Amino acid sequence: MGIGITHYVILSAILFCFGLFAIITRKNAVLVLMGVELVLNSANINFLAFARFNQINIEGHIAAIFVIMLAAIEVAVALAIVLNIYQNYKHINVDEIDSLKD
Amino acid sequence: MSGVGLITIAILILLLPLVSFAANIFFGKKIGRASGILATSILGLVLILSTIVFYFKVFTNFTPTVIGSGNTLIEISNKILQIKFTWIDLQSVHFKVGIGIDNLAAIMLVVVALISFLVHLFSIEYMAGDPRFSRYFAYLGLFTFSMNGIVLANNFLFMYIFWELVGISSYLLIGFWYEKKSAADAGKKAFLVNRVGDLGFFIGIMILYFSYGTLLFDDIFGSIAQGKLPFDSESVLTLAGIFVFCGAIGKSAQFPLHVWLPDAMEGPTPVSALIHAATMVAAGVYLTARVYVMFTASALSFIASIGAITALLAATIALTQVDFKRVLAYSTVSQLGYMIMSLGVGAYTMGFFHLVTHAWFKAALFLASGSVIHAMHHAAHHLGDHHTDPQDIRNMGGLRRTMPWTYRTFLFVTLAISGVPLTSGFLSKDGILAGTLAYAQLTGGWHWLIPIAGFGAAGLTAFYMFRLLIISFHGTPKTEVANHTKENNWIILLPLFVLSILSLWFFYSPNPFDAHQGWFPKAIVQPKSVVPEETQWEFLLINGYNQEKSHGVAERVPHHYLNEFEEAMHHAHYPAMILSLIIAGSGILFAFLFYQFKILNPDTIVKQFPFLYNLSFRKWYFDEIYNATVVAGTVGLAKISALFDLKVIDGLVNGAAWLTRNFGYFVGYFDLYVIDGLVNLVANVTGFFGSMVRYLQTGRVQTYVAFGVFGLILLIYFLL
Repeated sequence: MGIGITHYVILSAILFCFGLFAIITRKNAVLVLMGVELVLNSANINFLAFARFNQINIEGHIAAIFVIMLAAIEVAVALAIVLNIYQNYKHINVDEIDSLKD
Repeated sequence: MSGVGLITIAILILLLPLVSFAANIFFGKKIGRASGILATSILGLVLILSTIVFYFKVFTNFTPTVIGSGNTLIEISNKILQIKFTWIDLQSVHFKVGIGIDNLAAIMLVVVALISFLVHLFSIEYMAGDPRFSRYFAYLGLFTFSMNGIVLANNFLFMYIFWELVGISSYLLIGFWYEKKSAADAGKKAFLVNRVGDLGFFIGIMILYFSYGTLLFDDIFGSIAQGKLPFDSESVLTLAGIFVFCGAIGKSAQFPLHVWLPDAMEGPTPVSALIHAATMVAAGVYLTARVYVMFTASALSFIASIGAITALLAATIALTQVDFKRVLAYSTVSQLGYMIMSLGVGAYTMGFFHLVTHAWFKAALFLASGSVIHAMHHAAHHLGDHHTDPQDIRNMGGLRRTMPWTYRTFLFVTLAISGVPLTSGFLSKDGILAGTLAYAQLTGGWHWLIPIAGFGAAGLTAFYMFRLLIISFHGTPKTEVANHTKENNWIILLPLFVLSILSLWFFYSPNPFDAHQGWFPKAIVQPKSVVPEETQWEFLLINGYNQEKSHGVAERVPHHYLNEFEEAMHHAHYPAMILSLIIAGSGILFAFLFYQFKILNPDTIVKQFPFLYNLSFRKWYFDEIYNATVVAGTVGLAKISALFDLKVIDGLVNGAAWLTRNFGYFVGYFDLYVIDGLVNLVANVTGFFGSMVRYLQTGRVQTYVAFGVFGLILLIYFLL
């Protein structure tokens, strides 16, 4: 039994769950961001897998490159937000930042 | 001069006094005493222009032409020079107006302009020192403008507008010294009483407008002549005539609306001469003459009766009055009654002739009384006497010596108004009396009362005028004030001279006993009646009268009579003349017997007939009757209305308010407890659930993500 599309999808799902787990449970904002990266990359795996196994088009690749680019931008913006949070709160503990409640 | 030129001059005549008014009202205070001279010079110019119009209109011929078409039309003929144009055009409704000069208007223009000019001149001296000097001249200008408007109007619209304008200028001038309560009241009275007559006039105009859709005299009379009657009824035509005549009753102070004119003497005396003796009050007569052709026989009988009643009634009142101006005022009312009576009986020419002659001598009488009052006033002022009434003839006497020139002019015009030969008054009054005799002869029955009233009033006029003359000018001065009077200067005397000279016979007729030989009857010819022939007196019909009917006289006498009435009037001329001479002569004789020679004592007669004396002295109780009926009725009605208002209307309003208020309370409580309760309930329930849901809102991003994922999983579960 060779490596088929099912494996890729399962890998992607596992990776997504790890990412989600990290986003929800980590206290450190940087770790939350890393979780986000994992989620994005799981999506990338899916794109590439479907592009590879269906042999139809190049859109999957382009979407993947687009996601990578998006991730880079997202990190840049998110890190800027984290830096600002740090400046205001002197920590980046996501648990204790609940001013959205107000 | 061409017809168009004359129309242009007429427009100038109309507008120049308005210029005087505007100049004096806006700049009068600044130019001070010069305002009087300015106004007088403008009026002098108006007088010259009026004389030009009069001369060319009455004594020259015009070739009939019609210039222009459509909206603006100039018609020139021997009968009338007129311009017509559309003033207001509202598609379906349009008002055509214009001005016209016929002989009637041309003569009237001169009367108005000359008397107005002389009164302006007189007033410069008489009103000198008055704090509202320039205002006075402004009002005079306004009056002259309005009066010329009435004279020149060739339609009911202009007639009515200027009619009301003379009413307002009369009101302003009667109440000129409004600090005096009696003057302010007299102004109000004149204005209100005139409104009563004007209401009738307005109704008359409305009847004609609804029937013919135009207000031009020519068009209305033309339609009537074609047999088109208002509401297809001859009685409505009669009624319309009587309604229009109501305006004349008010303005010319005819019975029963004569009560305002004597009170109008509260105004300055030159104003009384101009407005309340010579011109404005004659406007009623002028109107009656102007619309004469539309009166039916019944309307004419009504007019004649009103005139006769007024003539006699006012003459009896004048017998016992003691105020110099009031005697003259009642004399004016009486003479106006004469004119109206004359028009009513069909003596059209003589009625208007009397208007003209009366204007001169009555203006002279009033200006002479102004001269006397002025002198009395100054003498009283000089002596520091503030109690002697300068107008009461019982305070005068002996003025003949102190004021010789005033006396002489006054004497002359008194002769004229009494109808003594060689004066204009004789010519016109004689003609009127002949007319009434002819009328009574031709109609018979109760119409004989009209010449009786006419002759009676003639005798009474001679009596009371000489009574006035003798008491105030003859004898010895009754007060210190009268003794110290001085003759006035030439500014006051000149108008008296001019007006007295105009009361001589030769201005009107070369024969001092017969007016028919003069130019006047040729200039003023009775117009042809336009009403259906069966509603007019047969003897007034112009085309219905033929030579055979005149008892064969036509072949022998070169006279050509206009109608049967004129012939009868001609025959009645000598009886009327002799009778009126006897009656007027005995009136004068009795006046001398009573007051000059004191052979008869008026006091014993008063004691013998206290009722008659009181009736005359209290002016037939007209003021009391009107106070008790009309005034009290109006006040009573007002009180009832006030009571109704207070109890019923106010009660209703208060009841409505009470209901509204209580309903308001109810609604208020309902709002407070029910509506607000519901709203609060909803809010509370929402708040409760809100506080429940609030626990979900932690503010922590990770919780939200967890909820989001949870929601996503639920979605996937349910949708897939």
